[in-house]
Amino acid sequence: MRLRRELQRLIDFSQDYFALFGLAPRYRFDPEQLERAYRALQREIHPDRHAAGDEAQRRLAAQSSARVNEAYRALKDPVERAQYLLSLRGIDALAETNTALPVEFLERELERREAVADAEATGDAPRLDDLLRTVRADGSGLESRLAEELDRESWDAARDSVRELKFLAKVADDIETALAALES
Amino acid sequence: MALLQISEPDAAAIPRPQHRAVGIDLGTTNSLVATVRRGIAVALPDVEGRALLPSVVNYGASGATVGYPAVEALVSDPQNTIVSVKRLMGRGLADLADARRFPYRFTEGAGMVQLETRAGIRTPVEVSAEILRVLRLRAEASLGGALDGAVVTVPAYFDDAQRQATKDAARLAGLNVLRLLNEPTAAAIAYGLDNASEGIYAVFDLGGGTFDLSILKLSRGVFEVLATAGDTALGGDDFDHRIYCWALERSRIGPVSPADTRLLMMKAREAKENLTAHAATLFAGTLSTGERVDLALTAADFAAMTETLVGKTLAPVRRALRDAKLTPRDIDGVVMVGGATRMPQIQKAVGAFFGTPPLNNLDPDQVVGLGAAIQANVLAGNRAEGDDWLLLDVIPLSLGIETMGGLTEKIVPRNATIPIARAQEFTTFKDGQTAMAIHVVQGEREKVSDCRSLARFELRGIPPMVAGAARIRVQFQVDADGLLSVSAREQTMGVEAAVAVKPSYGLSDADIARMLEESQVHAAEDMEQRALTEGRVDAEMLIAATEQALASDADLLDAAERGGIESALAEVRRLAGANDRHALATATAALNRATEPFAARRMNRNVSRALTGRKVDTLTQG
Repeated sequence: MRLRRELQRLIDFSQDYFALFGLAPRYRFDPEQLERAYRALQREIHPDRHAAGDEAQRRLAAQSSARVNEAYRALKDPVERAQYLLSLRGIDALAETNTALPVEFLERELERREAVADAEATGDAPRLDDLLRTVRADGSGLESRLAEELDRESWDAARDSVRELKFLAKVADDIETALAALES
Repeated sequence: MALLQISEPDAAAIPRPQHRAVGIDLGTTNSLVATVRRGIAVALPDVEGRALLPSVVNYGASGATVGYPAVEALVSDPQNTIVSVKRLMGRGLADLADARRFPYRFTEGAGMVQLETRAGIRTPVEVSAEILRVLRLRAEASLGGALDGAVVTVPAYFDDAQRQATKDAARLAGLNVLRLLNEPTAAAIAYGLDNASEGIYAVFDLGGGTFDLSILKLSRGVFEVLATAGDTALGGDDFDHRIYCWALERSRIGPVSPADTRLLMMKAREAKENLTAHAATLFAGTLSTGERVDLALTAADFAAMTETLVGKTLAPVRRALRDAKLTPRDIDGVVMVGGATRMPQIQKAVGAFFGTPPLNNLDPDQVVGLGAAIQANVLAGNRAEGDDWLLLDVIPLSLGIETMGGLTEKIVPRNATIPIARAQEFTTFKDGQTAMAIHVVQGEREKVSDCRSLARFELRGIPPMVAGAARIRVQFQVDADGLLSVSAREQTMGVEAAVAVKPSYGLSDADIARMLEESQVHAAEDMEQRALTEGRVDAEMLIAATEQALASDADLLDAAERGGIESALAEVRRLAGANDRHALATATAALNRATEPFAARRMNRNVSRALTGRKVDTLTQG
C-alpha cells in the first residue's frame, strides 16, 4: 500500500528511538528536549488529530502514535534507556545466559527482601515507605554509575548495572504492591 | 488566555461545515448533554430548563420513562425503577459485592448481570441506552438535526468490559461514538482551557457511584495524564447507604420492604445534601407499615460514620502519586469534580492530604459534560483557531495473558499512554502441540483468578514442533478509547495463523444490530435516511479536508495527480447533492484513494516541520 510506505518514511519504523526524536544516541541527554520532540510529534500524528480523516489515515495515525508512545516510554525511563542503548550494540542485558550478579549485591538485597517481608507481615506501612525510599536512593546512585559506564563505553559493566537496576526496580515494585494491599 | 492563542502556522482560513457534536456525561446519579456553541461549551437543558437528567429509568405499564418522571416511581415501583445502573455495567453477578443493596430481580446473563423488569429482561446496556436516547433526542431538538457524533465519558478506572458496555449502550441509543473519554480528563480540559493553567494538577472525581483520581501535566496546550487510579464501586451512593444503615439501627426497625428501602435511601440522600451547608439535619418519614422514623443527624456524626469511606478515597490518591513518582507537594492544584465532593468531610480530607485548599470554581455536576463537548467539537472536525490542544491519556489497569500455573504475564502496564501496541512471544510446552489457548486478563494481581477475565480464544494451526520451538507472538493493541484488541501469530516456518478478538464481555456487533432492530430505534426508512445523511456528512468533511489540503500543499502534487484529485472531488460534490447514497459512497471512496499519497506526503511535511523545531518555536511564544 502506497500510503503505508509513505508513512514508514516519515515515522521510519526502522530508525532507532533516538533518531525518531532527533536525539543523539547517548544515555545522558536533555529530558526537556525529548519531551518537546515527543509532544511535537504527537501533535502531528495523534489519532485525535486525524479523527476527521478516512479510515486508512486514522489507522496510520493510531499506529504511528503507538510507536511514538513506546519510544518515548523506553527513552524516558533511565533503566529502559540503558537497556535500549545496549540493545543497539547487540547486547541483551537480560539474556538468561548472563544471570550472575555480584555476591555482595545479592547478599544485601536478600537482607532487604527479608526486611520487606517482615514489614509486610506486620502491616508496617511507614517502614515500607522507608524501604521504598532507600531502594530508590540506591537506584539513583546506581544510575549515575551506569551513566559513566555508558559514557566510557564499558558495555559489560553497564550491562551488569542494568541487571542490578532491574532487580532494584522489581523490589521497589513489590514494596509498592505491598503498600497498595495495606491501603485497600 | 495564552493557552488558547496557540495556532497552527498553516491553519486554513477556509471555513468548514459545522458538525453537530455533543459531549455526554453518563453519570451514576445524573446525566448531561452539552455542546459547543459559538466557541463556548454549554449544557443543553430540557424543555423546563433543567440541565441534569436523573439517571433513572422506569419500566411502567405504558412503556419506559426516563429522568424526573421515573424518579416519581422510585418509591412506588422500586423493582421496575432502575437507578445507579452504571454500577452494573460490564459486571457479572459475582462482581457485585453489594448486589443485595439493590431492590432489583437479578438474573445472570452472558458475561453481564440482567434485570427482570415489567418490560421483560433488560441488560444494564439497554437501561443505559434508554438514558442516552433521551439525551440524544434532546440534543437533536436543540441543534436542529441528526447528530454527527458524541463523546461519551467513562470513569478513568473503568476496565475494558465496562468501557465496551458503555460504547455498546451509546451505539444502541443511535449515537455515533467519536470517543470514550475519561471523566477526570474531560474535567481537566474544561478547567485547563478555562483557567489557562500550567503545571501538575490532580483531578479528584467522586461521583454518585465511582471514584477517580487522575494526575495531569498541563503544559503548552498538551494535557498529559501521568497516572490514574480509582475505585469503580465507591461514590456518593455509599455515603447515603451509611446514613440509611444508621437510621435503621437507631430507629430499631427490622427488615423493610423494597419501597421503604427506597424511601429511606432518598431521605438519606436529602440528609447528606443538607449537611453540606448545615451543622445538623432531620431524618424523618413514615414507612408503608405506618412506622415513623424521626431522627436528628449532626454533621459531626455523619463525618464520623463515613470516616472509612473518606479514607478509601485516599488510597487511590496515594497509588496514583506513587505511579507518577510524585509527592502531594508536587501538585499545583486539586480540581474537585462530582457532586459528592461537596461533602465537607471530603473537602477537608483532600485539603489536609495535599496541604492546599481544593479548587471548586467549576460546577462539579457539569464540568465533565462540558469537557466532553469541547473534545467532541474538535473530533467532529469543528477544530477552530485556538483549538490547538492535545490530549494524551493512559490505560488505568495492566493488561496481560494467563501463563502456566494460573499466573498473569503483563503485556501492557497500567498508566501506559494510549494508543499503544505491545507484543510478547510465547512458546509451546508440549511436543507436537498445534493449538494454544490464550486467556486475556486485566488487573494488577499476580494470580489470574484475582484479575478480570476479558476474553479467551484459541490459536490453531501451529505446525507440529518440539516443545519450545514454536514462536507465538501475541500482540495487544489499545486504541484511543482505551479499548483492547488482541491477535496472535505463529512466527517460525513461515506459517501464519492469526486471529483477532475483541473482548467479549460486552455485546457482539450482531447483538447490537438485533437489539437495535428489536427496540425499533430506527424504522427501515429512518435507517436509509440516516445512512444518506451520514454519507453526506462524510462527503462534506472530505471535501473540506481536500480543499484545505490543496490550498496549503498543492505543491506536493504533480499535474496528473492534481487532476485526478480535482475530478474525484467534483464527482463527490455532484453526488453529495443527489439522493443515491451508494453512488455517493463509491465516489467518496474513490476520492479517498486518490488523496491517500497526498495525505501521507502532507503528514510527512508536518512531521519534518515539527522536528525541525518550527512549530516548537511557535508554541513557546504562546
